[in-house]
Order: sequence, then C-alpha cells, then structure tokens
Amino acid sequence: MSFAYGERTILERINLKIPRGRLVAIMGGSGSGKTTLLRLISGQVAPQQGEIIVDGRHVEHMSERELFEHRRRMGMLFQFGALFTDLSVFDNVAFPIREHARLPDAMVRDLVLMKLAAVGLRGTQDMMPSELSGGMARRIALARAIALDPQLMLYDEPFTGLDPISLGAIAHLIKKLNDALGTTSVMVTHDVERSLNIVDYVYFVAGGTLIAEGTPDEVRASASPWVRQFVRGEADGPVHLAYPATTTLSADLGLGDAHA
Amino acid sequence: MLDALLAPFARLGHWVIEAVRRLGFISRFLFAILMNSAQSLTRFHLVIREIYFAGVLSLIIIVVSGLFVGMVLGLQGYTTLVRFGSADALGALVALSLLRELGPVLAALLFASRSGSAMTAEIGLMKATEQLDAMNVMAVNPIARVVAPRFWAGVLSMPVLAALFNVMGILGGYYVGVILIGLDGGSYWSQMQANVDLHVDVVNGMIKSLFFGAAVTLIAVFEGFDATPTAAGVSAATTRTVVTSALVILALDFVLTAFMF
Amino acid sequence: MKRTTIDLWVGIFVAIGLAAVTFLSLKVANLTPQGADKTYTLYAEFDNIGGLKVKAPVKASGVVVGRVTGIALDTKNYLARVNVAIDSQYAFSRDTSAEILTAGLLGEQYIGLVQGGDEEDLKPGDRIAITSSAMVLEQLIGKFMTSFAEGSGQDSKQP
Repeated sequence: MSFAYGERTILERINLKIPRGRLVAIMGGSGSGKTTLLRLISGQVAPQQGEIIVDGRHVEHMSERELFEHRRRMGMLFQFGALFTDLSVFDNVAFPIREHARLPDAMVRDLVLMKLAAVGLRGTQDMMPSELSGGMARRIALARAIALDPQLMLYDEPFTGLDPISLGAIAHLIKKLNDALGTTSVMVTHDVERSLNIVDYVYFVAGGTLIAEGTPDEVRASASPWVRQFVRGEADGPVHLAYPATTTLSADLGLGDAHA
Repeated sequence: MLDALLAPFARLGHWVIEAVRRLGFISRFLFAILMNSAQSLTRFHLVIREIYFAGVLSLIIIVVSGLFVGMVLGLQGYTTLVRFGSADALGALVALSLLRELGPVLAALLFASRSGSAMTAEIGLMKATEQLDAMNVMAVNPIARVVAPRFWAGVLSMPVLAALFNVMGILGGYYVGVILIGLDGGSYWSQMQANVDLHVDVVNGMIKSLFFGAAVTLIAVFEGFDATPTAAGVSAATTRTVVTSALVILALDFVLTAFMF
Repeated sequence: MKRTTIDLWVGIFVAIGLAAVTFLSLKVANLTPQGADKTYTLYAEFDNIGGLKVKAPVKASGVVVGRVTGIALDTKNYLARVNVAIDSQYAFSRDTSAEILTAGLLGEQYIGLVQGGDEEDLKPGDRIAITSSAMVLEQLIGKFMTSFAEGSGQDSKQP
C-alpha cells in the first residue's frame, strides 16, 4: 500500500497486519508517516495504491455511508484529545452516544458515568474542557472514544505532552481497556519505553517504509542499527538529523558561484 | 523586459483563476450544506443554540448602532429638508432610507464583523484542534453537525436583526426630530405612513437582509472550514471573512436593488 | 450556558423580531387591518389621470374617506377607469363629482369628491358620473404658451 500527499510520498509499499484483540504499536520518528497510517485505517484519506482491509472489508472502496458505518465501530484518541471545547465533559462523552443511538436521557447518563468511571474521572462531568489538565483531557477523550464500545481503537500519540504520572495513568488505561474489552488497538507513538511495556507487537516505520517489527522483547534485543538508535534515542545514526535537501547549503546561500 | 510587461497580466490571470476556484469551492460547499441540513431541522435545538450565539449576542450592537444611525439621519435629514421647507417629510426620509438601504446593509455589516468573524474563528479553531477530524472519526459529519446549524442560524437571525435595526433607527430619528428639534410628532408618523409601502419598502428590505444573512454566514462558515489549521491561518481566515462579507454585501445590495426597486 | 437559558433568550430574540416586524408593518407602513365589509367600491372614468397611483387617498372636503384600489384603461372608450374603496361610514349622493387634484404644486395626486344634492346615495359598484381630469402641468404650460402667442400675434396685427 502506498500513499502520497500531492507529490510528496509519505508511505511507500507498507504491509502490516494487526491481529484481532491485540495491542500493536507503530513507532517511528516524527514525520515518518505514522499518523497518516491511522488516517488511512479510519478512511479519512484513501491510498493511491494497495488496499486496507479492516475486519474483512476494504476501507479504500467504501462509500460515504459505509465509511460512517465503519467508523461507528471504531474509536480514535487524538494527539491532544480534540475535546469539543464548547461542550461540557458530560456532553463530550455523551456526544457519540447521542449521535448514534436514540436512548433515553437516564440511560445516556448511566453510560457516560460508567465510561467516566472507567477512566477514573467520575465527578468531572460538569466541568468544561478548558478547566481540565492535559492528562485529564486526554482521559476524557479516551472515555469519549470508548463510549460506543468500539472493536478497533486507534491511538494517535497518546503520550505526547504529558507528565510522567498522567502518562503512566494513560498507558495503564490503554492496556486495561484492551484486555477488558477485547478491543483491537493500534497505537502510534514515539515513546519507546512506555509503549514497549504494554504492547504485544511493534512495527517500526521510517522514511515511509516498514523497517523492523517484533515483540517488545525481540525489539529490545534487536541488532538493527536503526532500531537501536530509536530505542536508545541517539541523535545521529542511520537516521540523519538533517532533512534531505535537494540543494547544498552553500548553493542556497548563493555562495556556490563564488567558490566554484 | 517582456516579462515586466507581461507580469500584470500574469497577476490578473492568477487573481481571476483564484477567484473562480474559490467560487467553485464555495458553491460546492453551499450544496453540501443544503444536502446535510436535514439534521438541523430534526434536531432544531442545534440551530437554536447557534441563534443564541449569532443573534442574541448581537442584539446590543444592533440596538445601539440602529439608534445612533437613526439619530444622525434625523439630524442630517432635518438640516437638509428645512432648506426646502419640507421638514415635515423627515419621518418619510428616515424610514425610507432605513428600510430600503441602511437597515439591511448596516445590520449585515455589523453582523459580519460581530458574528461572522466569530463563526470563522470558532470553526477554524475546531479544525486546528482536530475537533472536526474527531467528529469525522466518530462517524458524525461535521458539515451536518457544525456547519449547517450555524448557516441556518445566520439566515434566520439576520432579518430579525435588520428589522430591529430599522425600528431603533426610526425611533432614533423620532427622538432627534420630534423631541429634540420639536417637529410635530403626528406629521412625523403620518408622512412616514403615507410614503412607506409595505410590500415595496418593508418586505423587500427583509428579503434583502435574508440574502445578506445567507451570504455572510456562508462566507463565514466556508472560511472557517477552509482555514489553514494554524493560529496564523485562523486569523487570516477571520480577516478574510470580514473583508469578503463587506464587499459581497455591498455588491449584492446593488444587484438586489436593481432588481427590486 | 444551560439549554433552558439559551431557549429563553432565543425566545425573547424571536419575540423582539416579531414585535419589530409588526411595528414596521403597522406603525411605519400603516397596514391597518381592514375587513372587506368595512369599505365599498365605486368607480369613475377620467380622460386623464395624470400621476394618480394605486393607494392614493380619496378625500372629501380634505378628509380621507377612502383609497384608490385599481387603475386600468377601459379599451371600449379609452378612458381611465379608477376603482376606489370608500369607507362604509361615508355615503355619497348619486350626483357626487370626482376630480383629480394635486397636493401642492408638485405634491402627490389624490381624488377629491364633492357631494351633490341628489337624495339617493351611490350604491356599491356604482359609477361616479361627473368627473374632471387631472391637471397636467405640461399641458397647462402648453396652453398658456399658445394663448400667449396667439394674444401677442393679435397684438402685432393691431398696431
């Protein structure tokens, strides 16, 4: 499967499988196309070539209606939560329930409180998103994403910008939800240590292609220089610091001619 | 040399292509809004909520501006009319200028800068903070859930605001003409009643404001939806909303006036 | 913001809007709700109605007693046929005369009714028989100029 924004190829000939009920992480540096992968799975963008099959169905050929059907069975946690800032916490979590199911108010209320309890934030329902800390907002967003008990959960950088305690809480919740609900989970992240502790399998993406994969133990023991660089967080290695420019710096600065 | 001569044409061409492209986008966007408006009707509280933000919160600025515009019209109209010995026609002058032109146009300009810019900024920020994406992923169409209710709220609020602006203006003219200057109150109203036609002046003015409301809100929600999802992008989109709305209101006013009167 | 508060405010907003439109229709455009039974229709034929318009007032001794409701050209005799609605509380005799007058030199034109002496009154749908047409300023000036020219011509023939 390949994908490009305009002429800039983001992903090239990627082939990966995510088994049902597992928690899988996709890792890679910033700009390696991880988030695009999630957008492809959720059908927000379509690939130029290849196919995306979720639960036996081709996402890339779906009509608008089928796509909405597909997304109804799917939950997604956005990088910064993406809570609706004009709605209260309660209304945020109730949003997918109210949009997709005609339930009596009392039942909606019970469902919302259950989901809030699941993320440990019962009692915040009357607050507005602006009153929440980053970690709390992320957990509310998680409660909203699981409101309809999805079969597939997508996490877009769930650990970014959180303090270690909130981060631990989120990681714990993701693991717990995956085990408890039997949901298939795909997590895009670059927080290596934290995710290696909770996931079942890891794919490494760099430069738009898949370069390594394995269980957390295999990854830790990996001999691949790229994986070693990523896991240890070294500044230079197979992945270079600089963006691959087509011109040299001296040419850009207009020095080329003078020195030629 | 040739390049320098051709450059203005290239700019003109670029400008025209860009304008046509945006016109095409905005037409498709309007079509999408209309196709996704069913939910706005079945769940009318979504529209009511937006009427609150677009209409109710604009009341103060409309009332105050209307009053002052009417007072200025009263003052200016009086000093002009009194030269021709027809100061009694002040009521007709104030009412006709407001009903036909100033009411719909000024109310729409105020609405664009008060509510239109707010709509653009709000939708732009929702885009920037991935709220629209989140909705999409939750299988909720943002055009049906976010854009269409705002559009209809704008279309419905505008005539109300314009009517209120007219009433306040006429009362402002009354205050200056009758209470401050001392014209006869009876002839202020009777001159107005003799010269204002319900259909030609009042109804046409309302129709105008309906068009303005649709145009301003369409521009506002489109700019918000089309905004580059960054702080600079949202602020640029907000500016564009106000500028484009102002130009479109004035151009549309000319076209509608030519057809109506 | 609670939903009930928003509902309340939007309700007030709509009420203000309705009040504004009512004010504009009634007080400003003078749309007085009149039942059809409160007026009756007469018609009159004129050679020339000048600038008379529909909704122009019909006055008797300066008091508004009705309005012009329709203006058409009768193609049988090529006269202007003007329908007027008269307030039912006013009755006019059968030999009432109608003329088209102008308020001021350049003001709006209206129909003036002058009560006659007949004992029978006009019934709804009747014709006002005695009419005199509008004074058209151009024709008036034209006449004046011709008579002036004729007069001065005669003067020059009689030294």
